[in-house]
Amino acid sequence: MTKPLLEVEDLRVRFHLRTGTVEAVRGVSFQLGRERLGIVGESGSGKSQTGRAILGLTPPPGEVTAKRLTFDGIDLLTASTKTLRQLRGGRISMVMQDPKYSLNPVMTIGEQIIEAYQAHDKSANRKEARDRALAMLEAVKMRDPGRVFALYPHEVSGGMGQRAMIAMMLVTEPDLLIADEPTSALDVTVSMEVLRILDELVAERGMSLIFISHDLKLVSSFCDRVLVMYAGRVVEELEAKHLREAKHPYTQGLMRCLPTLADDVRPLPTLNRDPAWAR
Amino acid sequence: MSRGGEHASALRSFLKRLAQFVIVLATTLLGLVAVTFFIGRVVPIDPVIAIVGDRAPPHVYERTRKELGLDKPLAEQFVIYVKKAATGDFGNSVLTTNPVMSDIARVFPATLELATLGTIIGTLIGIPLGVLAAVKRGTLIDQVVRFLGLVGYSIPIFWLGLMGLLLFYAKLGWVAGPGRIDVTYSYLYTPVTGIVLLDTLMQGQMDAFWDAVSHVALPACLLGYFSLAYISRMTRSFMLNELAQEYVIAARVKGLSEFRVIWRHALRNAAVPLITVIALSYANLLEGSVLTETVFAWPGLGQYITNSLQNADMNAVLGGTIVIGTVFVLLNLVSDLLYRLLDPRTR
Repeated sequence: MTKPLLEVEDLRVRFHLRTGTVEAVRGVSFQLGRERLGIVGESGSGKSQTGRAILGLTPPPGEVTAKRLTFDGIDLLTASTKTLRQLRGGRISMVMQDPKYSLNPVMTIGEQIIEAYQAHDKSANRKEARDRALAMLEAVKMRDPGRVFALYPHEVSGGMGQRAMIAMMLVTEPDLLIADEPTSALDVTVSMEVLRILDELVAERGMSLIFISHDLKLVSSFCDRVLVMYAGRVVEELEAKHLREAKHPYTQGLMRCLPTLADDVRPLPTLNRDPAWAR
Repeated sequence: MSRGGEHASALRSFLKRLAQFVIVLATTLLGLVAVTFFIGRVVPIDPVIAIVGDRAPPHVYERTRKELGLDKPLAEQFVIYVKKAATGDFGNSVLTTNPVMSDIARVFPATLELATLGTIIGTLIGIPLGVLAAVKRGTLIDQVVRFLGLVGYSIPIFWLGLMGLLLFYAKLGWVAGPGRIDVTYSYLYTPVTGIVLLDTLMQGQMDAFWDAVSHVALPACLLGYFSLAYISRMTRSFMLNELAQEYVIAARVKGLSEFRVIWRHALRNAAVPLITVIALSYANLLEGSVLTETVFAWPGLGQYITNSLQNADMNAVLGGTIVIGTVFVLLNLVSDLLYRLLDPRTR
């Protein structure tokens, strides 16, 4: 077996606050090859902070430690700022939750894509970068790439904004894409469309994907493998197709809470959290 | 056809906006004139006595009162005043005996010169300092900038002015003393714009120009420091707000340099509310900084209005107030236009 692309061992993210230290991620370990890994968990379970720590974008005053955090053999914890910057955007990219906030409101969409491309291909002139941006907008199924190129983020719908975000983050053809709740801000029909496009692009380019979500069903249908996080820890790791065989009471509890069309259970069971899970 | 239609509608919307602006300007000024006029009439100051003195015989007093039109009902006086004001006639100043308009044309450029330089200095230094303080939040740099800002904002400017004169003029001799230009040079150029720096430069009087520079340097730096204090605090707070936004993280995810993230992405967004801050601070300085003008013997608008007030010279006070009001409305318009330019969401 080839070496995994991303190796994470005992990753911890701590925030030293005035009121004490909060440990958002408490010893997460996993390996990622050319595959799709889903990370599921509720708010505050540390799933987003795991993604940000990989990119080296833990917000201050956060502190990241790990026994091992390597991407393609590069130690992300000791890498220079310059190396990290080349990795970011160039080889690891991230699609964020809400395009309303994650696109710069005062720059046109085209300008933002060009900027991402030129940050990593310094030799590219404006014409080339523009062509790439337009091609990318077409790849995310924009009906009129030329028009969208010149639009500002507030002038497009949520779904279009998120597709523009995907275009911006994939224009450099990264090896790993972290999708941090990419559809949580979209309504259901639009979110399916965005997912289909994401799915297609990831498959086409042979990228690795970390798909972060709170939607267990969605993650299991979209990914090969699923990590279930609770209170900063991975409580369960399993193949997506074997989700029904989950052993941890938290995962089992979550599964039970899903409504099914076949039998009408009322009221739906709710999750009883066991304080022991967080220990 | 559609292209022609577009042009026509663009023109229409432009004309509409222009008309709106004129209406806003007119109402604002009318309101301003009304308030100032009536306040000027109800204060227990007798403009007649201001002219003839308190020992004038009654018939002289009466004649002057008639000449000034003060025997007419207040409403009629107001209508007459507004009618004349509309043609640019604000009456004569009691103090200088010149038409108020020509007085203002003389003093306003001095204030404009000082306020503009002060704002430029305040903006060029205040914004980078504020950005730096926001980026280095909580560090020594942040504390130093905070301290500089507090000092600039809380120390009386006349004291700083006197200390500045004492140090840089009297002791070190780096700058020239009070006034706008040395008497030696003051006849080497003809005032065209009234802005000494421009006039001397345009007429190629380089010696006079450099003398004017050395006169304006200290007061401009002082006003610059004063506005810097405010602008840097506001920049810091706007930047902290922007730096916490998701698009800043997205810019970092793209692998952009920290320089670009801060100056191109975050500051570009923070610049939108900053326009208002800078415009207000500029307007503040344009009102005439009486204290600075007094300390530096700078014959500006602030000094003019203050002197007029002290001498019950109501025509001059009214005229000055209207000029300031117009400046405010115009600055508002300019910042509105800049808003549209910088923020696509407001277009």
